[in-house]
Amino acid sequence: MAQVSLRRVVKEYEGGVQAVKGIDLEIADEEFVVLVGPSGCGKSTTLRMIAGLEEISSGEIAIGGMVVNDIPPRDRDIAMVFQNYALYPHMTVYENMAFGLTLRRFPKDEIRRRVENAARILDIGELLDRKPKALSGGQRQRVAMGRAIVRDPKVFLFDEPLSNLDAKLRVQMRVEIKKVHQTVRTTTVYVTHDQVEAMTLADRVVVMNQGIIEQVGTPQELYHRPATRFVAGFIGSPAMNMIPARLENGAGALRLRLPGDIVLPVPAERTQRYAPLAGGEVLFGIRPEHLTEPKNLDRPNIATFEAAPEVIEPLGMETLVIFSLQGNEVTARLDPAVPAERGRKMPFAADLNQMHLIEPRTGRVL
Amino acid sequence: MSVTAAAEATAAPAAPLYRKVGSIRRERRWALIGAYVALAVFVVFFLTPPFHMLMTSLKSSAEIADLSNNPWIVQSPTLENYWALLNHGSYPRHFLNSVIVTLSTVAITMVISLLAAFALARMRFWGSATLATGVFLTYLVPETLLFIPLFQTIGSLGLYNNLWAMVLLYPTITVPFCTWIMIGYFSSIPKELDEAALIDGANHFQMLWKIFIPVALPGILAATIFAFTVSWAQFLYPMVFLVSSEQMVLTVGIVSDLIRGDTFQWGMIMAGAIMAALPPLLIYAFLMDYYIAGLTAGATKG
Repeated sequence: MAQVSLRRVVKEYEGGVQAVKGIDLEIADEEFVVLVGPSGCGKSTTLRMIAGLEEISSGEIAIGGMVVNDIPPRDRDIAMVFQNYALYPHMTVYENMAFGLTLRRFPKDEIRRRVENAARILDIGELLDRKPKALSGGQRQRVAMGRAIVRDPKVFLFDEPLSNLDAKLRVQMRVEIKKVHQTVRTTTVYVTHDQVEAMTLADRVVVMNQGIIEQVGTPQELYHRPATRFVAGFIGSPAMNMIPARLENGAGALRLRLPGDIVLPVPAERTQRYAPLAGGEVLFGIRPEHLTEPKNLDRPNIATFEAAPEVIEPLGMETLVIFSLQGNEVTARLDPAVPAERGRKMPFAADLNQMHLIEPRTGRVL
Repeated sequence: MSVTAAAEATAAPAAPLYRKVGSIRRERRWALIGAYVALAVFVVFFLTPPFHMLMTSLKSSAEIADLSNNPWIVQSPTLENYWALLNHGSYPRHFLNSVIVTLSTVAITMVISLLAAFALARMRFWGSATLATGVFLTYLVPETLLFIPLFQTIGSLGLYNNLWAMVLLYPTITVPFCTWIMIGYFSSIPKELDEAALIDGANHFQMLWKIFIPVALPGILAATIFAFTVSWAQFLYPMVFLVSSEQMVLTVGIVSDLIRGDTFQWGMIMAGAIMAALPPLLIYAFLMDYYIAGLTAGATKG
């Protein structure tokens, strides 16, 4: 049983630079939580504070109900997997995995049993006698995970473990990590800058930016109900379109006036929610997959407009079309069968059921 | 006319950029020949004195004194110089003294340098960078200046003309350099390695013993060889601080015992020098690869 709690945790470096600005986070037992954000957002620092590799400037971190602020890493009962694997180069795979148990004076039989068990889970049984330099990147990453698993710790910490692998191996290891978690059910905190990794692995994703937590939620929540402009733009690929617009009030209904005099009606059920902003400037957010060729026009809140594509990116299963609304680039996601031609006006449909309105000043999504 | 000529000149096909086409094989062959010639010159230059030493050590005193002989050739080789050194006089005593002083110095140096380098390279603390530079700066003070104040120090400790004074003095030369070499080597070890060890449950001593020493072994061997060579060949300090023959080490023992007034016992001096050169030679021969790897690794990665 190991939940991890962060209460008003601050990390301030010499010179007053705050890497982490007082974050609160509760991670439940057996949960897989991913910290995600751009570089410099404080996610790695947060992980290293949980590990005890960085001292915390103020606040409180508790693992399994015990405050660990002053407890050294070795007594926190955690295991960590590093981006560059950090395998001991002079030890064999077996010795690497056994090292932590040897230091803790586990009986030899128990060490062997645990190492062999972890090797079986990770399918590295035949590598046990090799030195790390004789392993490929993927194999090294497995050994690094094995070293964590044998310890049977309260918490697994992963610091961008897949960043050094090539794209194909990364996908494979991602699945592997998820499987391992499903097998051992150890509370896991995982740091990455890759939002796809975050979405695919996490029970809950923590989006961080500039030392604060922007939003915590399940991947679905973050995708469909982003709380801030940052989360809306960070989660999802290609990123959500954000178009400056004016929210107008006319004849009891709200409508959005986009650059290029495109007017879109705001769905009636959102009138009340958006009413306070009427008459002001807003950011109209819509994901590329909700800007398509005209389809489902019989459903409510589908609006059409015309625009001329500037760039066409055929990806095979879909075609991305980029057009400009008075200098604002907008990406739409079309069926590959739809003929699109650079510079020739064509119709688009916007699914306004999926729209977001962002208050430009606060960056809050309404 | 000139205008036409100019026009023609521009119109003429441009001269090929490379007149003759080179050959990789030919270029490589010339590079090799150059390398061999240069190396041969160096080898001859540096091996001439040891060769002369060896030849002279195998001659009798009479043959050395006979100026009509070719100095590079031994007419009637003899081991009498070696025999005389090993069986009479203080040579074995000096050899033993050198071994004692050198081994003690190496041991002391390695213990101090390893701990100091680990602390300075890894345990970030206030002033550690300045201290690391300071350690190296002490190495830059020449011993030819240091021995004057050291004379007072050693005298006040009652260690004048005492072999163990050398064990105290040699590390002042070896520790700074070895520490500096190992700071560079330790710094090249990724930080995640000690973090992994910390999380695995190691304390700082275990981290040094089980991770840093094995990983930095080439660097440690390089430092060991350096400490050994410097201690073995040290001349100034024993010259200044040791006066009686039974306290002397090889370097001063040979010149003080085998030169009487203006009489140089060249045969025995050379035999003594040859035997004195053997231990470093053997150590180099066995550890050369490690030594080079150690010297360069810190430089490129650090």
